[in-house]
Amino acid sequence: MIEFRSVTKQFPDGTRAVDSLSLVIPSRKTTVLVGSSGSGKTTILRMINRMVDPTSGVVEIDGDDIAGKEPVKLRRGIGYVMQNSGLLPHRKVIDNIATVLYLTGVARGRARGRALELMDTVGLDRAFADRYPSQLSGGQQQRVGVARGLAVDPNILLMDEPFGAVDPIVRSELQQELLRLQRELGKTVVFVTHDIDEAFLLGDQIAILKTGGEIAQLGTPTEILSNPADDFVSSFVGTDRGARALHLAPGRFGNLVIDGTGRPAGILVNESPTEGPSWPGQTRGPSTDGR
Amino acid sequence: MNNWLDALAWLVDPENLTGPGGVPARTVEHLGYTLLTLVIAAAIALPIGYLIGHTGRGRGLAVAVSGGFRALPTLGLVTVLALLMGLGILAPLTALVILAIPPLLAGAYAGVGAVERSTIDSARAVGMTEWQVFAQVELPLSLPLAISGLRSATLQVIATWTVAAILPVGGLGRFMLDGLPVRNYAEVLGGAIVVILLALVIDAVLAGTQRIVIPRGVKALRLASKRMHA
Amino acid sequence: MSWLLANLDMVLSLTLDHIWLSVVPIVLGFLLAVPIGAIANRYHLVRGTLVTASGILYAVPSLALFVLLPSIIGTQILDPLNVIIALTLYAVALMVRTTADALADVEPDVIQSAKAMGYSTWGRLVRVELPLSGPVLLAGMRVVAVSTVSLVSVGALIGVNSLGYLFIDGFQRNFPLEILVGIIGTVVIALVFDGLLVLMGRFLLPWSRITRTNGRLIVVQDDPVVINP
Repeated sequence: MIEFRSVTKQFPDGTRAVDSLSLVIPSRKTTVLVGSSGSGKTTILRMINRMVDPTSGVVEIDGDDIAGKEPVKLRRGIGYVMQNSGLLPHRKVIDNIATVLYLTGVARGRARGRALELMDTVGLDRAFADRYPSQLSGGQQQRVGVARGLAVDPNILLMDEPFGAVDPIVRSELQQELLRLQRELGKTVVFVTHDIDEAFLLGDQIAILKTGGEIAQLGTPTEILSNPADDFVSSFVGTDRGARALHLAPGRFGNLVIDGTGRPAGILVNESPTEGPSWPGQTRGPSTDGR
Repeated sequence: MNNWLDALAWLVDPENLTGPGGVPARTVEHLGYTLLTLVIAAAIALPIGYLIGHTGRGRGLAVAVSGGFRALPTLGLVTVLALLMGLGILAPLTALVILAIPPLLAGAYAGVGAVERSTIDSARAVGMTEWQVFAQVELPLSLPLAISGLRSATLQVIATWTVAAILPVGGLGRFMLDGLPVRNYAEVLGGAIVVILLALVIDAVLAGTQRIVIPRGVKALRLASKRMHA
Repeated sequence: MSWLLANLDMVLSLTLDHIWLSVVPIVLGFLLAVPIGAIANRYHLVRGTLVTASGILYAVPSLALFVLLPSIIGTQILDPLNVIIALTLYAVALMVRTTADALADVEPDVIQSAKAMGYSTWGRLVRVELPLSGPVLLAGMRVVAVSTVSLVSVGALIGVNSLGYLFIDGFQRNFPLEILVGIIGTVVIALVFDGLLVLMGRFLLPWSRITRTNGRLIVVQDDPVVINP
């Protein structure tokens, strides 16, 4: 469990990115921090591995104040995945995945073996092991980034808009992969995005942030949709425009679900979906991106 | 055209190929001076340059100082230091070290500056210490530009040691500056040809090194971005 | 001080010589290099040849080039033309490369949209690509200006008068003050030229001061790693 207790972050230029934030991030669940730019979401994320230190307040992991931990050691125990992957351009894919293992002194052979396993885990063909990041597509690079984040089998995985720079089809593949991984691995995932649909798809718990790191609403997707806390939240999730108002229309295979703009969103069937929500256009399996 | 033939004749004259005043001995001297200058200048410039690149502090000052140094006339610096410090090798050596520092410094901090901020940020985020960020990320990725800086510095040092022959020092500038006053143009031209060849060979060696040390993934990156432009 | 007052006429006349010997190569270098650089950017084969040639030229030590030129172009050894031509060659060598690189670095999107709006190849070069390369060209010209002013004084070794004469004369007469006057004069000329170029940049490229804070390329190019030979 990660807990923020009245945490404030003021940058040297005087801007308050986060103002007395209190937030509990439960273990083994995905918590999504969603907000537009300037909402302090990345700052909140980076306070968990001490890339940013709070000006005041306490951040605890499993009851321990992280201010007392050595930043480098703390970071090696927490997975971190960022936009544009942040891979080292001069190292092969396999060495990028093994970066943290090398740092913690794992022998080269063992580290590489583990890196290959991780390539399987994230659905990346082992043939890419000896390529350089620049020889991979954007989606493949993000998979490498996720594999690197998982290398030391951390309990916590921080993800900073990891799918923000890839095209929509690849993004939805990667999102499905993350859902699958999370079912298998059950990490404590903290995920930052500005895309409310991504938040609804991935989050067990969602924190909608206003400017200055203020939480407008914290809850499950169902809670937020069914009971938006205020006008800001309604506007952010789109209920105020009727964007999420669905209605039914008869069709050949059953009732069509039509969204607020009059576009068909799907077909209503009676059995509930077995794994996660899905919609048209999302028919691809894993590891087909970029080819 | 006679000049060229005279110069050639001078170059192959056995008298000019042997002894302490011969072409080979002067070439070795010139190389020795150049190497000594570069080692001292690098020992000063590289730590400062990488510190500026790593911390991002003092860059404005470094740019200003480098720019100011660049405006200093080499001949003036060499002569005034000789008058102030005496006629040994120390005066020209000091002048040349001062002149070699800016390109080395700029190569180091510009090399680090050219590394993607997100790459460095993520290296830190996965738990690299500051030293590891420098040694494993910034240093290898800065090499292409750092070696450009070394190339510029080397060319400048080779060139300026010829000018420094206005003082009683050795090196290949001797031939030109001894030949000019007595109108021995064969010697002047011959000396010029040797120093040009030396500069070209050394520059080619450094260009080759530059090619080798560009990290392979970075080369692939450049190709990839070229393809995108096309 | 009394030396300077007594020799003011000579110092002024040497300063004028120095300015003249620097201005011609700087201006000529720019005028010649930009079209050559544009051609180099367009044709890949030419580019390779020109980049290699300018690299070789750039590696040639200035004193060696000064004494070599008379035997190549038939001038007298004392002719100021040797210095002017040599320094013009260096300026061209540096600026051809800078121009070609700057043009190659113009955002492909901008070029595409200019094409789409109907610019001709020539119009695009003059109205879009060269102005956008302006900040990088300016950075290159600042290096050219400062190193040309510094190199002119080396010409004094082959008897071409400039402030460099004060270095040799002061050295032979064991008179450091004379050399210092020469150094200060040279640096002042270099700084004035640099300042004029910066002013021209502000006037001709008013938008580039904004780009500078955002554009990564321009920040790096602000101090290009090219130094006088």
